[in-house]
Formats: sequence, C-alpha cells, structure tokens
Amino acid sequence: MTLNIYTVIGLAVILVIVLMALLADFIAPYSPVEASGMELESPNPLHIMGTDNLGRDVFSRVVYGARTVVVVVLIAVILSGVIGTVLGLVSGYISGILDKILSFVMDSIYAFPSLILAIALSVALGPNIFNAAVAIAITYIPTYFRMVRGQVLSIKNESFVEMARALGLPITRIMARYILPQLTQTLVVVFSMNSADAVLTEAALSFFGLTVQPPTPDWGFDLYKGRGFILSGAWWMLIFPGGMITLLALGFALLSEGVSQSYVVKEGE
Amino acid sequence: MSEVLLVEDLYVKYYTRRGIISAVSGVTFDVIKGEMLAVVGESGSGKSTLGYAIMRLLPRSGAVERGRIVLDGEDILRLSEEELRRIRGGKVSMVFQDPFTTLDPLRRVLDQFREFLAEHGIDAERGRIIAEEMLEAVGVPKNLANAYPHQLSGGQKQRVAIAMAIALNPLLVIADEPTTALDVVIQRQVMDLLDDVKKRGTSIMFITHDIALAIERADRVMIMYGGEVMELAEKSMLAKRALHPYTVGLLSSMPRIGSEKLPSSIPGYPPDLRSPPKGCIFHPRCPYATERCRTVKPILSEVEKNHFVKCHLVKAL
Repeated sequence: MTLNIYTVIGLAVILVIVLMALLADFIAPYSPVEASGMELESPNPLHIMGTDNLGRDVFSRVVYGARTVVVVVLIAVILSGVIGTVLGLVSGYISGILDKILSFVMDSIYAFPSLILAIALSVALGPNIFNAAVAIAITYIPTYFRMVRGQVLSIKNESFVEMARALGLPITRIMARYILPQLTQTLVVVFSMNSADAVLTEAALSFFGLTVQPPTPDWGFDLYKGRGFILSGAWWMLIFPGGMITLLALGFALLSEGVSQSYVVKEGE
Repeated sequence: MSEVLLVEDLYVKYYTRRGIISAVSGVTFDVIKGEMLAVVGESGSGKSTLGYAIMRLLPRSGAVERGRIVLDGEDILRLSEEELRRIRGGKVSMVFQDPFTTLDPLRRVLDQFREFLAEHGIDAERGRIIAEEMLEAVGVPKNLANAYPHQLSGGQKQRVAIAMAIALNPLLVIADEPTTALDVVIQRQVMDLLDDVKKRGTSIMFITHDIALAIERADRVMIMYGGEVMELAEKSMLAKRALHPYTVGLLSSMPRIGSEKLPSSIPGYPPDLRSPPKGCIFHPRCPYATERCRTVKPILSEVEKNHFVKCHLVKAL
C-alpha cells in the first residue's frame, strides 16, 4: 500500500484532533466550564475564538470537546466493526437458515435512516456518552455485515479454503486465519468511511442533547447553543465547533478515499 | 491385496435452482492399497463430485442420497464433523487442480504446513522437522520453506500441496486433476512425484480427463460418463481391448504419433443430468445403440477377470 496525498492529509487531520483530545489539559488556556472573560467577546488575543454567552473560552471548549467526539466515534466504530465482522463471517461461511435470519435482521436495520434510528435508540437507552456510542454502533453493524458476508461468500469457494478443509482444519480456524486476513483491505476502507459518518451522527445526537450533559464541552451541543446567538452576531460560537465537526469528518473521508484509491492502483498494476 | 476404500452404490445429487442434478448415480468401486486408480471422464461426468463426496466436502447444494463410502473399515458417511476433521489430512487427503490458488496467499508456506500438523496434534518443534523433511522429499528447495506462495512457481506450489497431503502418511490421496493447470514438463514431474507417493504405500485416486495420461500412469482405470461408471479395468486390458463404445470413442479421440488416422471425436454432447436419458445413459451418442439400449439400463458386469463394463452389447459378446 502506498501513501497518497489524501491518506496523508486525512491522517494528519485525525492525528491532530486526537492529540488535541489527549493533551487538552495542556493545550486549552482556560477551563472549558468556567467563565474566563466577558460574555460574548469576539475573537481577540486573549480568547482567540472568542467567548460564549456565559463568558467561557470557545477555544478551550473546542479543545475539550474533541474528547467527547473521539471517544464516542472510537467506541461506536470498533463495536460495530467487531460485531458486524464476526456476524458477517459466520453468516457468510455457515450460510443456511442462520444466514437467512441474520441477513433479514441486518437488512431491516439498514432500511432505517441511520440518523433517525440512532436518535431513537439513544433516547430509548438513555442519554449518556456510552449509550450514544452503542446507538451509533448498532446503525453501522449492517454495513460491516453486508461487506464481510459478501466477500466471505466468494472467498470461501477459493481453493485455499477448500484445501484447508481437506487438511482437517476446524471452521473457526479457517475463518480466523484464512478468511479474515483477506478482508483487511475492505475493512480499513469501511472503517474510515464509517468513522466519517459517525462523527456527523455523534454531532447530531449531541445537538439533541443525547450524549454528554452540560456543562461538559461537546461540539454538537455547542453548535446547538451557538445557533441561538447567531442573530446577535456571535458567529464564533457557531463557526468553530461546526468547523471542527466538518474537519474531523473530512479527515476520515479523505483517509478512506486515499486508502481505497491506493488499493485500486494496486489492483490495476 | 486389501482395499483401502470401498464405494458402494453411491448416489450424489445437487439441488440447484434450475433443478435436481444427478451428478453420481450408482457408482461402485474400490481402491486397493498402494495402487493408483485413475478416474477418467469429461467435464460433468461426476468424477470430481466423487472425490469431494469421499472427502465429505461436497458444496452445500450437494448431498449423498444413497450408498456407502468405507475408508479403512469406517463408513465415512456416518462420521461427525469432528471425526471427519481427524480423517481429512490424516487418513485421506486431496490435491486440487489449480496449484496457483491452493495456498493461502497471505501466509508463509512453512507456517501453513505447521498449522495443519498442529491441528493433527503434532507439536511445534516436530511439526517444523516434519514439514521441512516433507518439503525436501517433494523437491522444494529448503530456502523456499519461508517463502510466500507468490514466490513459488506453479510446479513448486503443487509440490507443496502434495507434501502437505502426504505428510501424515494417509491411506489415500485424491488427486483432482493435479496436472491440468501445469505445462507438460512440470506435469511429468508431478506425476513422477505421485509415483513416489504410491511407492510409500499410499493409494492414489487420480482424477483426470486425460485418458492417455491415465493409461500411461495408473494401475487401473475407471471410465465415467454422466455420473456412472462405464468401464473399469486394469490399464493394460483397457489399452489392449477397451470394450465400452464410450471408452473406444475416447481412445480414438487421442492423437497418435506415426498414425495416418486422424483422431475422431464422439458426436453429440454429454447428457443433461437434470433429466438423464432413459436406458443406457450413453445411448444418444452411441453408434451401436439398439432398441434395448434406449429402454433398459445396463448394469456394470465383469466380462472378464477384473474387467467391468456397463453395456448391453458387450455382455452379448
């Protein structure tokens, strides 16, 4: 796999935001939850992104807000990736009635608009950061399931899988050692694509107050709050959290584009 | 002479969306210890299905409807999946047609080899020794043991596959067109290797569409057509005096060096196994077919010692 410009930029953006989340204590000049200036100060040397309606530093809130989104997105994507991949493997390899049932269930989930489903699940589970991650995870499981199942259906008829069976290797081993590694390429692409989407879904859930509770900083929720002050001319309350959401989603989108492009090139060589 | 494998009255059907296909119908034969039995037939004759049925590796749509497959005194059709795993690779193993895809492209040869041995209860250290010994025995250079499959040539890959197939001294190796994907020089080397395997006391069921190769290399030859056995004989008998019209047709479709006669082909097409013809399955293509052939199914009978033929006309001889 060669690194191309998309991959590099995407990775850089993601890395910067993740580092921001990890090192928030050192980067943020002020506490994100306490007033550090006047209300609604426009960007100035002391508050480079201005302050919000309660006099809190917007920059500090943006820095700390990265934590929420990174945690939710990571948990959601890993959870859905693991569950979706395992179910897809089993379903595709074993097939039969189990496959029919699983495919039916997955297609039913897939048929829902994912944002609506995530909101509904999040409300049902109760608004907190972990439940939000679970809700997002559930909406993405079918994506992994369908991709993995489809690939397994073709890979399981490859001679080397047949050979492994003819040599008496157990099914679990064949799935883990012979089939799963073949899926890496696909999974990396789907993983980063889903992350981009998960960033937006997380922001939407936060927008509705379904992740963290105030005053914990969160981009989606700050966006929601900033919305009310746009008419007072406080554009900075809206632009900065919103820009960060876009930036992170763009980072993942670039990564997935870059990775899938480098595979295409490889195939065409 | 003891038999390693006994197949009795075997019926295999595939249930597909376009109908039920009778891939193997009433096949009976045995494989004797240390012999090479060639199973010859054209595409769709059921020869590969037979091999997969013996391994119990039929695809999901396929099922054994009737019959027995007895390997070393054990009825394979009654074994659980767990018991089958012990037998596969242990007592019976398979070599596949396309060596280019039979090895996992993402793992080193030696690792795959050792993994398979470990699955059969051989510890890591002994596994490494056995794997290295076997690779050497089949003529794969030592430095290639740690190579990835794409670094090997087709012939080398097939050698690795054979090394794995024979590593645990199985009673029977089913070789499903092991040389079809290789050029003739490598083909000869692989066939020589199978000869060596035979000398170790392992029986070989050699599945091929190449009757010339079968007669040259095997001890006995079984001719299949439309999922049925048409003729089964020692190779010398078959070469000298093939009796079934289909076998005769196959033999005369072989080009011969020095002969003025052009090779001839058998007119017509293989039967549609969703609705096989009544009577003898070969009658629509048989130049000698009579009324009886069109209505009554012949049975496989021993016309001379160790020479079985399924034909009304031959019995009348």
